[in-house]
Amino acid sequence: MYQNQGLTSSRMARLKYATDMDKSVLMNNFETRGWVPVSPDDDWNFYWANVQSIRNIFSVDCGYRLTDDQVINHFPNHVELTRKDLMVKNIKRYRKDLDKEGSLLAEKDENGRYIHLDFIPQTFMLPADYNLFVEEFRKNPNTTWIMKPCGKARGIGIFLVNKLSQLKKWSRDSKTNNFTPPTSKDTYVISKYIDNPLLIGGKKFDLRLYVLVTSFRPLKCYLFRLGFARFCTVKYNASINELDNMFVHLTNVSIQKQGDDYNAVHGGKWTVQNLRLFLESTRGKEVTDKLFDEIQWEIVHSLKAVSGIISNDRHCFECYGYDIIIDDNLKPWLIEVNASPSLTSTTSSDRIMKYKLINDVINIVIPPGQPPDVRWNRVPAKEHLGNFDVLYDEELAQQDMVSGDPKKAGTMFRGKRDGSRPSPATWK
Amino acid sequence: MGESNLSKSYMQSLIEDLRTSKLYTDLQNAAQAEISKPTIRLSEIKKGVQTGLTNSGWDRKLRNAIFNFLQTHPKVPYPVPPPEHVKEPLQFLRKAQLQWEKRILKSLNSMCTELNIPLARRRPDKEQKEMLQKWTELGIEGPDLSQIRPVYAPKDFLEVILGLQNPNYRTSDTAGFFAMWGIVQVPLKVKSIDELRLQYSDMAINQCQSGIDDFVDIPQELFDMERVKLGRKVIAANHGPIAQEFSKKGCPTSLREHLWRQILCIELDEVDVLYYEQLKVNVLQHDLLVDSLLYKDVKLTATNDDQYFVFEDFLYQVLLPFSRDTHVLKHFSQNSATPPRSYIRGKLGVDEFMVLYPPNGVIPFHGFAMYVAPLCYLYKETITLYYVFREIYIRFFYRLHSISSHPQGIVALSLLFENLLQTHEPELFFHLKSVGCQPLKVAFKWLVRAFSGYLSSDQVLLLWDRVLAYNSLEILPVLAVAIFSFRKTNLMKVQSYNAAEAVLADLTTLQVIPLIQLSLFSK
Ligand SMILES: Nc1ncnc2c1ncn2[C@@H]1O[C@H](COP(=O)(O)OP(=O)(O)OP(=O)(O)O)[C@@H](O)[C@H]1O
Ligand SMILES: [Mg+2]
Repeated sequence: MYQNQGLTSSRMARLKYATDMDKSVLMNNFETRGWVPVSPDDDWNFYWANVQSIRNIFSVDCGYRLTDDQVINHFPNHVELTRKDLMVKNIKRYRKDLDKEGSLLAEKDENGRYIHLDFIPQTFMLPADYNLFVEEFRKNPNTTWIMKPCGKARGIGIFLVNKLSQLKKWSRDSKTNNFTPPTSKDTYVISKYIDNPLLIGGKKFDLRLYVLVTSFRPLKCYLFRLGFARFCTVKYNASINELDNMFVHLTNVSIQKQGDDYNAVHGGKWTVQNLRLFLESTRGKEVTDKLFDEIQWEIVHSLKAVSGIISNDRHCFECYGYDIIIDDNLKPWLIEVNASPSLTSTTSSDRIMKYKLINDVINIVIPPGQPPDVRWNRVPAKEHLGNFDVLYDEELAQQDMVSGDPKKAGTMFRGKRDGSRPSPATWK
Repeated sequence: MGESNLSKSYMQSLIEDLRTSKLYTDLQNAAQAEISKPTIRLSEIKKGVQTGLTNSGWDRKLRNAIFNFLQTHPKVPYPVPPPEHVKEPLQFLRKAQLQWEKRILKSLNSMCTELNIPLARRRPDKEQKEMLQKWTELGIEGPDLSQIRPVYAPKDFLEVILGLQNPNYRTSDTAGFFAMWGIVQVPLKVKSIDELRLQYSDMAINQCQSGIDDFVDIPQELFDMERVKLGRKVIAANHGPIAQEFSKKGCPTSLREHLWRQILCIELDEVDVLYYEQLKVNVLQHDLLVDSLLYKDVKLTATNDDQYFVFEDFLYQVLLPFSRDTHVLKHFSQNSATPPRSYIRGKLGVDEFMVLYPPNGVIPFHGFAMYVAPLCYLYKETITLYYVFREIYIRFFYRLHSISSHPQGIVALSLLFENLLQTHEPELFFHLKSVGCQPLKVAFKWLVRAFSGYLSSDQVLLLWDRVLAYNSLEILPVLAVAIFSFRKTNLMKVQSYNAAEAVLADLTTLQVIPLIQLSLFSK
């Protein structure tokens, strides 16, 4: 089944890998390939690092220089995409820039909403945007908002807000914040809570999709087919009394795991294929195709939003965990991008899926049968894509535009687009 | 449908059936409405009404009702056999089924005694209200199930089937001219591979099929688009036989729910909604032991299944009312099984105090919930889900867990599986048999559950497309054989039953249609 791996072992020196994470899906992959473990301080060819190590390696005072046969799993300033506040900031700026350029993509409707690029819930930074937020809150006082600490993950510190009084602590003029400038620990994003999520079996879920980026300039990205939906264990209930019940509102596995109704056999995870089958059967093919096309659209534009700002180090690749919520109009909303999506396996099919994920990632960033060389053209052979599909390849798209074949550039989940959007090849 | 040779008595029962249906009154009303139209000419009243009814779609409804009757009522031979022969012509099988029912009932009763719970009890008002409130989330706080065990599992049932022997027939006599390696001892006539090829000729390899997972291929994409286009026309025609014919090559995912409803002749109206509501009230009023069995079954199967867990609550909303639904009793006239009887306490054997238990006459076994689970992908409205399941059950699935000689019954299907495997893969069969692994011991549970829970959800639906389209369960053993063939290389290496079972444990990666095609048509 995994015939693409380990071809190198006999013909070439065995690759040296380092890792900060003792995860079995990683180790099993490295071992199957016959790679040799080395310390992160040694001359590794492949380093699966945590974000802390990345910060050290790429920090100015470290003076570390990577060689052409070294590949590492994060971009230096990935936080531009993967920190909640920075992602929002960058997407907002991206839209404004497009607007200034007069791009069609920045088209707005009569309410001033972006028609094509309205894919993150309205969001403010706290305390920085406190006054803006209050203004917005007063316009629609019956809306629920969700507060998230910028620097945390796994649902920690998240709570829902429907009264301004709950935000006293973050107001600009409150005593606590007047004297000490906020650190990233106390900074929050507050987003409009999507209170009409699509429910299946009465329960809320979000999507976890894996996106591999091998280059930001030109943008080259891949979407993993084996994503999944994460379900809450408890029926969804939008009523005010349940605002504190995080089992209803947060789909994070780390949260749901603590609930009484957590099921360890499936872990509340449903494959994207099953979701697709259900939607296509109950709602029809057109709307389902449109939904999945829109998801891809949003991923590509979130990447484009940071492509100018990410330091496009050629030793780097990154596998992001995209969190997406679908609302009951079948509109997908981008919630967050994770730099280190969990590689812990909660169930046996989870383990298989994550093993494949890592295997396929490696085959795309280090073409099998070749020594690691960061100067390669980053066009993996089709048979090395595994469960990934090319989401967008800016370079190929431009070549195809020149050669007049706009159809070829982006391969979709299902290869079809709806006419209302510019086709993938014209994504700029 | 070319059913010109229907007997007079068959026609009579068809007419009787129509006359007592709601359609009859609806048609009468519609005819009235036609007559009172100003355009109608008195001289041509009959013709005018007929044209009117045709134009307004009533004639389609009538045709569909007749189609439904033909599908669900076997042609009765002349002279009319006694009712017990309609249920099951072979006496020794009738007896065996009766014995089996007694055993089930006994085990049910002993569970009651052991746990000191009644078969049924009236729920106090307060409890009824609570249950009503959490009707859509019954899975959260169900009854205490720690003591409840499934009454039987497919493997218990298999034991019974293996014990079946025709007293008028000595198997040793036949060993000479046709040695059967299998373990089913009942001599029944089952189809040969050639007959099956003919029956399933629309599935031949040169016939494109929907749902063969080949997304990248352009021709397949085009084919799918064409299928959807044609499928829409089929749906617009609103005629069961056409939908059935179309579905022989598989239903496009987005049209399946509608095509299946047409094949099953399900058109829901207010009466059906009220009827379901009444069943729900019955559930609320009485707590039955079978409810606990159903709960337990869902918890043991769907709740733990990564394809179906999201539908857990729908399953209760279907299964609990189903157990109260006396409409289901109707199918017992063709089923070798007989609904279990129970007597009001202290009145054992007194007919006036006899009740059928449960009201629908069906005692669930381990895996029963899986008959409903795949349907949850198609119908998000509970009511539709309910009626589609009920219809599929009383047309097909009851045959998978009762003892009969019917060609669609589980005994014949098991035998068909063994025959096909023996003719198709003698080497494999022989090897497995010699290492102590009778193939049927692995395949039986697949057959009993119609593969639900074993295949991936999309594949179960593609398989059930064929069950509905060909109006036959024979595709199940065909697939079972195909799976053995497909895993042959590994199966030839096993040296024990457990090893063989391990090779066949995970079927979720299989693409059933190409497998069936290979197995039926490539040799
Ligand atoms: N705007 C929103 N509307 C509705 N639900 C939301 C919204 N934002 C977040 N959630 C819910 O809260 C969960 C956690 O949010 P988010 O992913 O942003 O935080 P996190 O703590 O970083 O989680 P993790 O690191 O595990 O991905 C989401 O998975 C989603 O279920
Ligand atoms: Mg998240």
